[in-house]
Amino acid sequence: MPIAIRMPALSPTMKEGRLAKWLVKVGDSVSSGDIMAEIETDKATMEFEAVDEGTIASLDVAEGTDGVEVGTVIAILVGDDEETDSAAAAPKASPPAPAASPAASEPKAAPGPAPAPIPASAGKGARLIASPLARRLAAEKGVDLGAIAGSGPNGRIVRADVDTARSAPRAETRAAAAPAEAPKPQAAAPAAPAQKLTDAIPDFGIPFADARLSSMRKVIARRLTESKSQVPHIYLTVDVRLDALLKLRGELNEALAARQVKLSVNDLLIKALGLALIAVPRCNVAFGGDVLRSYSRADISVAVSIPAGLITPIITDAATKPVSQISAEMGTLAARAREGKLMPSEYQGGTASLSNMGMMGIRQFEAVINPPQGMIMAIGAGEKRPWVMADGTLGVASAMSATGSFDHRAIDGADGAQLMAAFRDLIEKPLGLLV
Amino acid sequence: MAESYDVIVLGSGPGGYVAAIRASQLGLRTAIVERENLGGICLNWGCIPTKALLRSAEVFHQMKHAKAYGLSADNVSADIAAVVARSRGVAKQLNQGVTHLMKKNKIAVHMGEGKLTAPGKLAVTADGRTSELEARHIIIATGARARELPKAKSDGRRIWTYRHAMVPQELPEKLLVIGSGAIGIEFASFYNDMGSKVTVVEMLDRIVPVEDAEVSAFLEKALKKQGLEIHTATNVTIDEVGRDAVRVTLKAKDGKEARDSFSHVIVAVGIVPNVENIGLEELKIEPDQRFHIKVDELGRTNVPGVWAIGDCVAGPWLAHKASHEGVAAAEAIAKELGKDTHPHALDRRNIPGCTYCHPQIASVGLTEAAAKEAGHDVKAGVFPFIGNGKAIALGEAEGFIKTVFDAKTGELLGAHMIGAEVTELIQGFVVGKTLETTEAELIASVFPHPTLSEMMHESTLAAFGRAIHV
Repeated sequence: MPIAIRMPALSPTMKEGRLAKWLVKVGDSVSSGDIMAEIETDKATMEFEAVDEGTIASLDVAEGTDGVEVGTVIAILVGDDEETDSAAAAPKASPPAPAASPAASEPKAAPGPAPAPIPASAGKGARLIASPLARRLAAEKGVDLGAIAGSGPNGRIVRADVDTARSAPRAETRAAAAPAEAPKPQAAAPAAPAQKLTDAIPDFGIPFADARLSSMRKVIARRLTESKSQVPHIYLTVDVRLDALLKLRGELNEALAARQVKLSVNDLLIKALGLALIAVPRCNVAFGGDVLRSYSRADISVAVSIPAGLITPIITDAATKPVSQISAEMGTLAARAREGKLMPSEYQGGTASLSNMGMMGIRQFEAVINPPQGMIMAIGAGEKRPWVMADGTLGVASAMSATGSFDHRAIDGADGAQLMAAFRDLIEKPLGLLV
Repeated sequence: MAESYDVIVLGSGPGGYVAAIRASQLGLRTAIVERENLGGICLNWGCIPTKALLRSAEVFHQMKHAKAYGLSADNVSADIAAVVARSRGVAKQLNQGVTHLMKKNKIAVHMGEGKLTAPGKLAVTADGRTSELEARHIIIATGARARELPKAKSDGRRIWTYRHAMVPQELPEKLLVIGSGAIGIEFASFYNDMGSKVTVVEMLDRIVPVEDAEVSAFLEKALKKQGLEIHTATNVTIDEVGRDAVRVTLKAKDGKEARDSFSHVIVAVGIVPNVENIGLEELKIEPDQRFHIKVDELGRTNVPGVWAIGDCVAGPWLAHKASHEGVAAAEAIAKELGKDTHPHALDRRNIPGCTYCHPQIASVGLTEAAAKEAGHDVKAGVFPFIGNGKAIALGEAEGFIKTVFDAKTGELLGAHMIGAEVTELIQGFVVGKTLETTEAELIASVFPHPTLSEMMHESTLAAFGRAIHV
């Protein structure tokens, strides 16, 4: 009996993914645990292992196909005693499977109702409207329906739209699938004759190049739009003196050099935010419509810029972990993030976020909340500033500006201000970070 | 001073009056010009009155076969004058319905002969008096008429077109029908049921040549069983139109010749568009290769502001096609005038055709042969009426439903039916085709039992080797 290999759900929220790379070819034998393919989800590229044993009879979704819905048949596996050719091409000629249902015995010609793509493909409320024929053609030809504009009534995607999309050369950059090799995904498209991929942007006659969005870019766009349009943000900024923190860091790194530990300012800031959230629990919350959830542990999502976009690996329980451990974890998480190898559990969750643009010379900025989290801390550059000292004289101090963005439905301004004060105090009297 | 409108529709058939109503719905000031009867040929001299005639024939047929249902009916006879009177009554009722619709939609009706005099200008002549109308857009919906034989023009006595055939003074004793398209076959079927001796001649090698070959073959066999004489691949020459008879020569493609004479001849060899004397030459509006008006997919002619729809443009020449073209043109005009509409061109692959002979024929999309010719790898399924419980209970176990799918994509390419009530069934496949269905949705759909529609399901299953009841 041929076995249909379907697109796996590699995370709880995964609805579709990109078949980034096949690691097997037709005729290969596989056994349980062999890596068959690399699949790119919203946030990471993951390896897809074989569960069954057998020989690959056909690969039904082309490498590089976007938007493959969970449950779509991506390959057919046959038992080693069966003829590969007959299973793929002429299943009826294969005597051992007389009782097979038509759907199973004709995997290519007649997929039958079962593998028909799940209509509710996109996220909240965004049903993809496409005709059954358009869906089937798109699945067979590896066309991402999400990237096509429909020409039917009310924007319904019909056959003609899929045909048009197919005939258009794919201008897609493969940045997300291979981030390390393509540091500048948007610039990768050559200045060849521009292939117009959308009518959403008016053509003003300016030379351009269109590139289809990666799965990650689509998720970023959707999440940020949701956040900015649905979450009322309030922004609170404090100026924080860094001299004590920098001095402590220098001493610690000197002392820890033998253990090959090197703490960054950011590691200390993660710890500070974790402690501040525990100290001001009204800010360690998530807004759930008619429910407010208060967390008793502070998990900090740390924004890491990667070539394909942005990802937020999590330092769990940042308040109780030693800074050295935070530093070590952050090192491996950031490295894995840049390789696109994070596991879903490593970037899904978090009770608050930290985004640091100081190393890029940004003095101060406001970050967008990552719902359902209640707040995000935006860190600006540490710099020498004129500073009014405790005795009233003017001096020079190392300082930075930090701005918290708070979900104002869940967090009042006064509570936010308390958190900002706690965060500042922990940095200005940094010994508290060590105990 | 000329009366001024946003849109004037020239002709009030099912294309024209529907275009006018849609235009009015979209807030355009609309007028319609008609030279004869509101509703045009369709409901005065075409689709509707013939359906009334055929219904009489059907009831008559049933009464003659009452015994088969355990009933008795003696001395059954037909009064052709009363049958025609009923048909005219039905047409009149619908004509009044259109009058009401025009009024309700505030569409100005101008009775008279219309002629374009310049872009945006139309002269209407009635009883020798001419008035001028103005509009930003004009839709030509003048329709078509029966094509005549060059050497034997219809005279209403011995040589008829559909128009004469619809209001017979007497039942033809021996009738020759030239042409086996929908119109020819419907009249052949009607007069056969009413008691005439009917012969059908078709130039091509099968009757109802636009239908699937299996349907043609099935119909020919069924009609012959009912007593019709059918000659395919045969040409007719009218030798003499006498006072009481028409003498003809039938010349088959294989060279055989036969002479015969008939009391009446119905000419049903196609249509010619009504494009004369409406100002097309003066405005330099271009015709297509078959002398219909050339238009784009939304009905624009080569002259800005002048549109054309229905039988005066390219086919198929069907009322429902004209109506849809009328809607598309009205919406396209409204858009040009700044209204928020989204005109959609009619998808010609999804236009159904119905022929109300006995047994009925209905179809949509590609025939099996046409699908193969178009390069499709085809899966076709056929399910016979004899396998359907409702058909047997109705005493109508004659016919079949055939479906044609693309083997690779599962796309429904066409459906072809012959048998009782199939003209009412075809819409299911039309909706499916318009929604771009594949076999999966049809197989997953629950068809009610006991109905004839179950055969649509079975036919789909049959195409994929899964029919249950055969």
